[in-house]
Formats: sequence, C-alpha cells, structure tokens
Amino acid sequence: MTPVNETLGQYSELFMLLAALTYTVSFIAFAADLVRARKVTTAPAEPAQEPELAAAGTMGTVQWTHGSGAGKANDHKDAVVDDSMGYKALRRPAARIGVAVGILGLVVHAAGVVTRGMAAHRVPWGNMYEFTTTGAMLVMAVFLTALLFRDLRFLGTFITGLVLVMLMAGAIAFPTPVAQLIPALQSYWLIIHVSVAVLSAAIFTLTFALSVLQLAKTRQEKRGKPRTAGLLRLVPSPVSLEQLAYRLNAIGFILWTFTLMAGAIWAEAAWGRYWGWDTKEVWTFVIWVVYAGYLHARATRGWDGTRAAWLSIIGYLCVIFNFAVVNVYFPGLHSYSGL
Amino acid sequence: MTTTKPPSGKTSLEDVALPRLGPAGMLRWAWRQLTSMKTALQLLLLLAVAAVPGSLFPQRPANPAVVTQYIQDNPGTGPWLDRFQLFDVYSSVWFSAIYLLLFISLIGCVIPRAVQHWKALRSQPPRTPRRLSRLPEYGTMTVAAGTALTPDRAIEDAARILRQRGYRVQLGDTGTDLPSVAAERGYLKEAGNLVFHTAMIGVLVSIAVGGMFGYRGQKLIIEGEGFTNAEPGYDSFFPGTSFNPGALVPFSLTLNNFDVTFDRNPASYGNPIDFTADMTVQDSPSDAPRQETLRVNEPIGFGGTNVYLIGNGYAPEITVRDGEGNIALQGPVASLPTDATYNSTIVIKAPDARPDQLGFVGFFLPTAMVDENGVAFGSDPDPYNPQLNLNSYTGDLGLDDGNPVSVYQLDTTELTQLNGRDLPDGGIVLGAYQTYELPDGKGSITFEGLKRYVALDIVYDPGKAGALVFTTLALLGLIITLTTARRRVWIRAGQHEDGRTMIEYGLLARGEDHSLAKEAIRIGSALTAHWNKANDQNRQATP
Ligand code: HEM
Repeated sequence: MTPVNETLGQYSELFMLLAALTYTVSFIAFAADLVRARKVTTAPAEPAQEPELAAAGTMGTVQWTHGSGAGKANDHKDAVVDDSMGYKALRRPAARIGVAVGILGLVVHAAGVVTRGMAAHRVPWGNMYEFTTTGAMLVMAVFLTALLFRDLRFLGTFITGLVLVMLMAGAIAFPTPVAQLIPALQSYWLIIHVSVAVLSAAIFTLTFALSVLQLAKTRQEKRGKPRTAGLLRLVPSPVSLEQLAYRLNAIGFILWTFTLMAGAIWAEAAWGRYWGWDTKEVWTFVIWVVYAGYLHARATRGWDGTRAAWLSIIGYLCVIFNFAVVNVYFPGLHSYSGL
Repeated sequence: MTTTKPPSGKTSLEDVALPRLGPAGMLRWAWRQLTSMKTALQLLLLLAVAAVPGSLFPQRPANPAVVTQYIQDNPGTGPWLDRFQLFDVYSSVWFSAIYLLLFISLIGCVIPRAVQHWKALRSQPPRTPRRLSRLPEYGTMTVAAGTALTPDRAIEDAARILRQRGYRVQLGDTGTDLPSVAAERGYLKEAGNLVFHTAMIGVLVSIAVGGMFGYRGQKLIIEGEGFTNAEPGYDSFFPGTSFNPGALVPFSLTLNNFDVTFDRNPASYGNPIDFTADMTVQDSPSDAPRQETLRVNEPIGFGGTNVYLIGNGYAPEITVRDGEGNIALQGPVASLPTDATYNSTIVIKAPDARPDQLGFVGFFLPTAMVDENGVAFGSDPDPYNPQLNLNSYTGDLGLDDGNPVSVYQLDTTELTQLNGRDLPDGGIVLGAYQTYELPDGKGSITFEGLKRYVALDIVYDPGKAGALVFTTLALLGLIITLTTARRRVWIRAGQHEDGRTMIEYGLLARGEDHSLAKEAIRIGSALTAHWNKANDQNRQATP
C-alpha cells in the first residue's frame, strides 16, 4: 500500500482554514443583506415581471392569452418577493458579494477536500473529520447549485454559518491525521454509500432551513404583522417555502433510500447480514421512516403545512443526531469515527 | 395543495358516526380506520419512535453478554426493562404489533388502489368539464377569420400535439359546434407508487423467509486447522425457525495462513490496514481443492452459503505437562483480544492432567513492556515480544459433569490457586519458548510458539436475493412516482360568428405538481406555433 503523503495533508488543512476565512466574509455579507433589506424601499411600482408567463401574446394569425388560476397571485403590495421566489427590482449588492465570495470559498474548500483524498490515496470520507469537512463542502455546493434555480439567497447566512460551524467542529472536535483505512472500510461501497449519505444530508440541511423559516413566517402572519417587516422580509411566503422544501425533501428521500440500500448491501458483504439493527442502522432507519412520514403527511388532510414542516425539522434533527451523537458516543459495529 | 386520500379511506370520522352499526358495520368501520391515510401516517411515526430504544439499550441478539451484565449492574431497572422487552426491541410484541398493523394497513390500502388504477388505465380520460376557466391553468387562443381552421380541425391538431407530448387523448363532441379533446398523462405516477408500496411487502416477506429457512453459525479457526460444514463443527449455531439441515452445503476449508498488516505511520500507528486469510477450500468432498483468499468485505461463497471474516486474534502454542510428567495438553489455544493492541485474555484448561487437573487464566500480550510499577502491558499489536501472564489453578475443572462450559471461561471458585500475584510463588510470566515449573511438583507449562486465528461467520440467507430485488423495485417505483406528474388537459374549440376560431384550454394536476404552469405554457406555445405555421403555408398555397 502506498504510504500517506503528509505534506499534502498539511496543505489540505491550510486550504480548509482559508476556506473557513472566506466563508466568514460571505457570512458577513449575507447577514448585511438581511439587515439592509429591513429598511430598503421597493423599487417603483412596476408590475411584477413573470418571466415564464410572459410567453402569451399575438403572433401572426393567432392571438393567445394565458392566466394562472385564481388565488395564485396573492402578492402583497409591498412584498419584495413573489411566490415563485422572483424578487422584484430590489438591488442587493451585499447578497451578490455573499454569493461571489461563497463560490470562491467553495473552490478553496474543494481543494482542501481533494488534497486530503490525494494525501491518503482514497476518497476523503473515512472518519469524522472527513465526514464533517466533505459534508460541509456538499452543503455549500448544494446551496450554490440551488441558487441556479431559485433565488434562495435569504438562506445565505444560515448556510454559510452552518458550514463554518462544521469546519470548526471538524478541526476542533474531530481532528484526525491523514491515515489509511481500516480493513472494514476498504470497500467501494464506502465511495457509494457514504457519498450519497452525505449528499442527502446536505439536501436535508437546506430543507431544514426552509421548514424553520416556514414556521417562523407562518407565525409572523398569524400574529397579523405585515409579512414585509423585519428580518424575514426577504423570506417568501410559507406556501412557496413548503413547496420547495417538499421537492427537495423528495429528492433527499430518494437518495436516503439509496443510502439505506447501499448500506445494507455493504453490511451483507462485511458482516454477513444485510440488516442487524446496529445503532447506526437503527438511526438510518428512523430517519428514513420520519421522512416517509413527512411525504405521507403532505398527502394527508390536516397534516400538511405546519405539521409537515415539523416532521421535516425532526427528520433533520435525527440526521444530526445520527451523525454527531451516534457516531461518537454509541458503541456499535460502525465504530470507526477515528476518535 | 392537492390532497389525495386512498379510495378505501373515503370515510372520515364524521361520516362514520352512523346510528347502529352492527358487528359487520363495526368491522368495516375498523378496517376503514386502519387503512386510512391518517392511520398509516400515525403508524409510520410510531414505528420510528419504537425503533429508538433499541439503540439506547443493549440488544440480546447482537450482544447477549452485555445485556446480562447490564441487568446485573442495574438490579432496580434492569428486570423492568427486560419485562417490557427493551433488550429484544425488534422482536418484541409491541414493535411487531406496530409493523404488522402498518403492513396490514398497507395491504388494505394498496389492493383497492391497484384495482382502481387498473380500471383507470383502461378507461378514457374524463370528459371535458363545462367551465374550463375554473381550472388552475387556463388560456385562450383566437385564430383570425379566413384561415382554413375549423373547430374540428383545431381539435384534431390539438389531439395530435398532446399525443406527441405523451398524453392519452379522447376526442369528444366531434361534429358539434364545440368539439373538445380530453387528455391525461402520468399514469406511471400512481403505478410507481403502487410498485413502491407493494415492494415494501416483498421486502418484509423476504426478511421472514431468511429468518425461517436460513442459518448462521460461528467458527474460530487457527492457522493449520480446518472446518467442514456440519452442525456439530460450529462453535455456535443459530438455525432459522423452519431450518432444514439438508440446507447445509458440504463445503470444507482450511486456514493455511493469516496475514495482518498494521499501520506504521507515526500519526496512526498500530491501526490495522490489512487482514488476509489464505484458505484451501472444497465445495464438497468430491470436488478438487482450490485456493481462495478471504478478506474483510470479500466473503467466500459456496452456492448461497457465505463465509465472512469477522474477527481474528492470537493463539499461543502451549504444552502443559502434569505432575506425572506426561503431556496433558499440547497445541494452540485461542486468546480473545480486548483492545486494538491485541492485549488478550486467555484461558488454558488441561483436564487430562494427573493426579490433578490444571487450569490457567491470564493475559497474552503480543509486545510486552514493563511499566515503572513492574506491571506488564502490551504496546504493539504485532508480536515483537510475546508474553503470557498467567495464574494457575488445580482441582476439578468442572468439565465432566455434562454442563456446557465456554472454552473461554474458567470458574475458579472450587479450585486451589497455585500461582498469582498475591501468592508466594507469584504469577507465571512466560516469554517465547520459556517453560515454567509449577509449585509442589504439579507439572509445567511451556510457551512453544504463536499462531493466529480467524473468527468466521458462516451464513445462509435464502431471503437475501428477494430482499435485493424488492428494495431495487421500491427504489425504482419511488423515483418514478416522485418525478412524474399526473396531469389532465382539456381543449375545446368553437367558431365565432365573425369567422374567427376560438380555442380554450385548461390544465389540472393530480397530486403535487409544481410545473403545471410551465406545461401550460409549453402546450400553448406548441399550439400557437403550429397554427401560425399552418396559416402561413395556407396563405402561400392560396394566393
Ligand atoms: C411500510 C409503510 C409505508 C411506507 C414506508 C410508505 C412510504 C411512502 C412514501 C415514501 C411515499 C411517497 C412516494 C410515493 O408517492 O410513492 C408514499 C406515498 C403514499 N402512501 Fe405510503 N408508505 C407506507 C404505508 C402506506 C399505507 C399503509 C398507506 C395507506 C393507508 C399508504 C398510502 C400512500 C399514499 C396514498 C401515497 C401517495 C401520496 C401522494 O399522493 O403524494 N402508504 N408512501
């Protein structure tokens, strides 16, 4: 076996540190954006641009008009965000800086993760330190990718803040030198199972944030405060938050189902049984059932809305518990946290 | 959002509060409650909660010894926890009740839905509603007068375009003033959902099949030794409830050599990085022997029965001579590692020793060092300075009274101790190739050499393939159901008095659908583009 490359390992740690510093700048920028949005007045009352729906019109001999059904366009007069998360002419320079610096941070972060893997000649997810740093990278990557489809910059503070916490936790709570894998982890299932697990956890991170904001926004509306006030001003309506959370949770659930299956196949190869209720397996199962419950709740009268949001939050708390508490404190076959 | 309820769960509590239900009515009521979406959700959440205690308390199937210890350490709460089956959570009455109810509910839910879907698959899309403008997506088109587009032509064109987009279409009211087309797509959504839920039942059945007809056994094999697959050869053997001994494949294997590599990088010194067992195996006594390598994550298979490398350790080779000078025991004795440095406990029993039986209990250290207090400790998992530290006993070892006794335990309460740290003769400390003479001429013990052993799990699970097939089906069904949208489209055409052709369309989603508006725009664009092009061509053709 090729010995580990320690110089490269040190470079990796340096990259992680630089990434953390960059994310700090991004975090501050996103926070400034939220604070600033409380005061800024909306641009002149131009009608909201609905990019997709502007397709109708007269062409040649055919005249076409299209309308989305009643009750959809419930945009508040001074709301800065409509229900499809399109922002009206609102200049948000701080948010732009946040995104740009965040991308830079992600590049440096990725360099840190890749050099770690190269130093050890394997995928960089073999112990708690590596789960945390790679996981943080995926959280950031999923967030920035989601920005291509929806303007979720209102989540920037939460995401960059969480990524910073993860990087710090990796460096302080789980420092682990670059090392080769113990035999139990030497399997291509490590590549498949763990990468998909970490990716779905990253997606659940996003939906967790959306669900929390959904609850906050619902409360704000119930209290009768105008939904345009306060730090939540940039946050869209509970309904659109819930819908986006649902779509992401559905993707996350598919990936988690795959994680569960791949884990079972690996367990079969390693221990001769595909399911044995090991603590880690128990929690993976619990998470799966909670999100299955969430998907059901969305289709059950009386359980959508706030209750479904709670299930999404509970599911994510289980993910965190599974990762941070079960890996470290619970004895079991999966005891390779490297601590 | 749109709310879906299973057809069987049409009834909600209010509807059911009918006077005088009668026993049959009660049963029907209970069945409807059980198969309702709300009950399914509650049972799912209950299942999640019920699974948790199994990770908080030690579980018998995984670790019976730890459970026994736990009950001893907690005499107050332990027996109570045991009474509520908290050490056997996953086979407990309450856990089983939850998942069985859930699966009964699932069956009661899936069957009527499958029947309904089967009918839906063979029926036509529902007729065009009178007021399309009430639908969530609605639009109109006006085609200028003087084009050749009659309402019937328009509907035919629309039907063709919808069909191209994957819709199943049904023309209606053709030949009347207001012909229309009804279209539906996304039947796969419901099909995927049904496949997913049905596959869940398949997974459960597969697990049950494995538990009934399979077996699992454990065997420890020292280098140079072999094993033939038969029930008496196992150290421990757990057959399924309906296990048939004929299912034991008659393979055999011999462990030639076991190699271990430890990490010598200073930062991670002593971690294992490779375990390799060289085996000679035979599928059956009549087959030719072949060489195989057994490693962690890479089991050896014998037609459905797999052999897994689960553990390993050291087996010091010991010779015990008794008080009469005869060899009472000779050969390797497996020691049990207690930590990552392979500091191991060892029990040596020499029941053939005369005049008195001899027993030894102590530690094996692969690389012994002595700390400042003179206590030996192990410092490396490789055998750089192997050492045995033993206490010795004499008397009746209790092996002859027929009770099964673990080879790794020696009950010393009835024995006379000869050696020990507190005794005048001290404990026995044996380096490699050394011999120690027991006090009072009771005999001697020699540390002759060192071998390694592997701990194997041998498993036959006939439900495994089914579980894989059904989970794969479940995953596919899930992907399909969560990524397809079920939509209905209706388009109606008519002619205005002034000769213009008027077209209106409406879309409706069934279930979650976030891109219905996009689909409406796409259909609208396709129709507009089509008629524009057709009109242009017409104009050119008829100057
Ligand atoms: C083993 C227990 C169950 C699990 C793990 C489970 C899981 C799921 C999941 C993941 C979904 C969303 C994906 C899809 O639409 O296929 C779903 C949907 C659904 N399930 Fe289940 N389910 C279970 C039991 C049940 C039972 C007992 C019922 C009937 C009472 C039921 C009725 C439904 C229905 C009607 C949907 C469609 C919801 C929609 O339209 O979005 N499920 N289930």
